[in-house]
Amino acid sequence: MESLERKAAITGIGQSDVGRRLGRDPLGLTLDACLAAIADAGLSRADIDGVATYPGLMNAAPGFSGAGVVEVQEALRLDLNWWAGGPETSGQLGSVITACAAIAAGYARHVLCFRSVFESSAQGSGPRAGIGVGGGGRGGPPRASGMLQWTLPYGAASAACWIAMFAQRHFLEYGTTREQMAWIALNARRNAAKNPKAIYRDPLTLDDYLAARWISTPFCLYDCDVPVDGATAFVLSHVDAARDLRRRPLRVEAVGAALHGRPSWDQFDDLTTMALRDAAKMLWQRTDLRPSDVDVAECYDGFSFITMAWLEALGFCGKGESGPFIEGGARIALDGEIPLNTHGGQLSAGRLHGYGYLHEACVQLWGDGGERQVPGGPEVAVAAAGGGPLGGCLLITKS
Amino acid sequence: MSEAKRPFRVLPQVTPENEHYWKGGARGELTFLRCGECRTYVHPPSPVCPDCLSRQLAPGAVSGRARLLTWTVNHHPWIPGFEPPYVIAIVEIEEQRGLRVTTNLVNCTPEELRMDLPVKVLFEEREDGVFLPLFEPVRP
Repeated sequence: MESLERKAAITGIGQSDVGRRLGRDPLGLTLDACLAAIADAGLSRADIDGVATYPGLMNAAPGFSGAGVVEVQEALRLDLNWWAGGPETSGQLGSVITACAAIAAGYARHVLCFRSVFESSAQGSGPRAGIGVGGGGRGGPPRASGMLQWTLPYGAASAACWIAMFAQRHFLEYGTTREQMAWIALNARRNAAKNPKAIYRDPLTLDDYLAARWISTPFCLYDCDVPVDGATAFVLSHVDAARDLRRRPLRVEAVGAALHGRPSWDQFDDLTTMALRDAAKMLWQRTDLRPSDVDVAECYDGFSFITMAWLEALGFCGKGESGPFIEGGARIALDGEIPLNTHGGQLSAGRLHGYGYLHEACVQLWGDGGERQVPGGPEVAVAAAGGGPLGGCLLITKS
Repeated sequence: MSEAKRPFRVLPQVTPENEHYWKGGARGELTFLRCGECRTYVHPPSPVCPDCLSRQLAPGAVSGRARLLTWTVNHHPWIPGFEPPYVIAIVEIEEQRGLRVTTNLVNCTPEELRMDLPVKVLFEEREDGVFLPLFEPVRP
């Protein structure tokens, strides 16, 4: 099967410092990642003729958007033939998926993709704030509009509450337990211990997990990712322009970007899965490879249950079977049948918001994982990001 | 419900499109847009019926009976003044499969919650004529 995303290859990756309250200018962090990715590819900024980002310049939750396309273009004085940035796409990796299409269409040869956050600095040292809870402007009381009007009046002020209700429904329909779901967090921490850039590296036990304070049942503290400051970037190149670069190119084998069902946190037809169900299905419709061909899986863990939903949607286990599948953590360990979130995920390595998974997939395929390297020379990786109405995924191969 | 007991809430911005939902409680009615052609209830409100694309939509009251699809007991203080713990739930309205709202369950304990628990609407009167639809278990 010839899917046009195979015209695109990842040729360079870069990441800034990642940490809690770095206090750095977010554009500076963004440029650190972008310049690192360009250098990693063996290119110079004059070679970059396309830029894509998620979510682009926007007034959103504090620290949610570290930089827009135009800021990077201005700072690096890039000459762009194609550019795109925005939140309305198939999750954070939707920006990379769109870049593949731009490359296949010939709009650009070398596209710089980036995602930067400074949520840790922006949220300060207080407790994590709800979404849309800020003042109402002009001194009046706050009022919720748009989608948030249906949830905010009920104190459902965070995706933690919204996704918790998906997890609870999964518990009800399939008998999934906290002791099973815990392994998303425990596995992430186990891998983070081997990642020098991870935020939380101290050992985490099942007892620690079960004793943690509740956030929104069945989620406890360890089911929720940790806001950080940091930026991640990629260079995607046309395969014809990728051959003689510094790295062996990583081919984009297939992408999944579908949005079927209602684009909502509470109206989706099946409350045990999310929009990612159809994104994952699309991915397998665009390749002859099968889930059993995948050597490493990097799947969104903004909240632990989302990873379980991705594991089911991507076919690593059956529908409703992710609880028993991950229980005990052997199958998803670095030496297991499908190593998962090998860098520590957003739960332990920090909320780089989607791009961290694709970055780690490349690290693993290039064999640069150091202590956390999956043994045996992995050749196929999946990177998947997003929850709720957002979901996008890429299958990356070494060949 | 006494004035003193009401928690602070972030209230909805009432518009012509959503007024039937947020103010229907003044008449004791839970109200959704309904298609005049195919009779489908439409929520959240839309200018067209998603089933038949008719624009003949008008508010229509339902019984207020529903069943519990899922819930969460929220413990984190997201909103200063709206103190946890509280139960957030998604309920399905009896009149139509897939007609759902997010709400708070009140007058119950987390221990008695189960899938498909029968619940019914009640309203919390708020500022500016808003009556927030809440739900509570149906008691025999």
